[in-house]
Amino acid sequence: MATKVWFYAGIAVLILLAASSVLAPLLAPHDPLLQSLDQDLLAYSSDHPLGTDKLGRDILSRTMYGGQISLLTGIATVLISLAIGITAGSLSGYFGGWFDLLLMRLVDILMAFPGILLAIAITAVLGPGLNHVILALCLIGWTGYARLVRGEILSLREREFVQAARGLGAPPWRIITRHLIPNLLPPLLIQATFGLAAAIVAEGSLSFLGLGVEPPTPSWGSMLNDGRQFLLVAPHLTTYPGLALMFTVLALNIVGDTLQERLTGRK
Amino acid sequence: MKQFLLRRLLLLVPTLLGAVSLVFVLIHLIPGDPVEVMLGETATAADKEALRQSLGFDRPLATQYRSFLVNLAAGDLGRSLYEPASVVQIIRARLPATLQLALCAMIAATLISFPLATMAAIRPGGWIDRSALTFSLLGLSLPNFWLGPLLMIVFSIHLGWTPVSGRGGLTHLFLPAVTLGLGMAAILVRILRASLLQVIHQDYVQTARAKGLQESRVWLKHVLRNAMLSVITIMSLQFGGLLAGSLITETIFSWPGIGRLTVQAIQTRDYPLVQGCVLVIATSYVLVNFITDLLYKLVDPRISYGD
Repeated sequence: MATKVWFYAGIAVLILLAASSVLAPLLAPHDPLLQSLDQDLLAYSSDHPLGTDKLGRDILSRTMYGGQISLLTGIATVLISLAIGITAGSLSGYFGGWFDLLLMRLVDILMAFPGILLAIAITAVLGPGLNHVILALCLIGWTGYARLVRGEILSLREREFVQAARGLGAPPWRIITRHLIPNLLPPLLIQATFGLAAAIVAEGSLSFLGLGVEPPTPSWGSMLNDGRQFLLVAPHLTTYPGLALMFTVLALNIVGDTLQERLTGRK
Repeated sequence: MKQFLLRRLLLLVPTLLGAVSLVFVLIHLIPGDPVEVMLGETATAADKEALRQSLGFDRPLATQYRSFLVNLAAGDLGRSLYEPASVVQIIRARLPATLQLALCAMIAATLISFPLATMAAIRPGGWIDRSALTFSLLGLSLPNFWLGPLLMIVFSIHLGWTPVSGRGGLTHLFLPAVTLGLGMAAILVRILRASLLQVIHQDYVQTARAKGLQESRVWLKHVLRNAMLSVITIMSLQFGGLLAGSLITETIFSWPGIGRLTVQAIQTRDYPLVQGCVLVIATSYVLVNFITDLLYKLVDPRISYGD
């Protein structure tokens, strides 16, 4: 019962955050880039419910728009990584041979790096920007899905229903797409949920280090970095983007945990 | 054991070579002319040419790769673009600070997680158990680039208990170690609790109780010891993660380690230094994982790896 409540609370938080980000152009009280230097570092006012930053920009509007970057990076990273991981993993698992050997060595090497370090190194040489962040996160993100899909296909490919399909003359691509992948959806969904949380945190880390989206575009990570210099006089600069980030990741972790419990019976 | 060691060492070679090659490729991914990116558009043609030659960019890629490997084998990672020292010297000066921080973070994580997970496992479903799981979920969801400033606001600014930043005595270590270690503590609580709950129902635990052993001895000698295996994996994997996480934590607390050095090198576009730092962190990560495999065998002699 308690799990159910947490699950729905997690979903509700995600819907709320996604809606406030997507509908930011309609709901945000101010332009997130609009500077009013005479209203800098305000803690609270009726016009700026969450205060303003060092350039007098509205924190509420920037936090709402910042969610767009997190959401966009997270979803794009997960979808692209899934596409690469499923394709590579199923070819590797179904056909085996030299492709499997090469691919798994590549996965081993990429996984031998701490993911965030590789992402930081890649964005450091390519330069900041949303596309580079997504590219860097996909380069490390696909490996987990590829390994999962390969492992599951290895255990499924000799099962009776696959042999039956093969016996009926179904070509490999049909067996993979119609018979094998549908069986992998539950574990993939769980991994994608945690992957989304990881990608959002990674984007935040990169933006925090100045390697994410370029200013003045608001992102939670870069807002936290900007606010760090004003901890003493204006702690609210770091509070709200931090809370938004934490609630997003928390909600995704709760949903992921519940899905794992329900779909695999594992806690 | 010999055969096992040899096999693990043979597997280590391609992984390390792969990591090294990736680091080599990195600098060649710089869009446009890497020399111009490093020196800026205003640099003179003579300066650019000099740097191009010193980095070996005027030679074919295969030759560059060969000399990169040869230099690496000799312990030479090149020179920093801005500091009058070799990359190895600079990294060597900063490495102790990072190791100190990572080790303290690990100790902090252990001190938080072991008592919490044990108390949670003694009464599963009780309030301590529920609090432990909530702590774990929160710890996993708090990114260290927010946790750091948050702790700073509370402990340094409001309470004045710890210095805001820098390296010095134990008080300087407290906040960075907790920031870096909390994520690890959160994972450890989950894994250790699950492991303990699994071990607790084993026959040998029942036997230990049946023969009248004190409950504390049952836990220490039979339950905790057997639950350690999965914890060791996570701890070693996380230790590598701590090294990578040090990039952010060290930046927040101005901790003079290799993480902050990497970020500074990225900001000043000192790519040979970036390359060196990434290589050192990645190699440490690979080696720590390798050592874990060896540790397994010591902790649990039943593991055979088929040899």
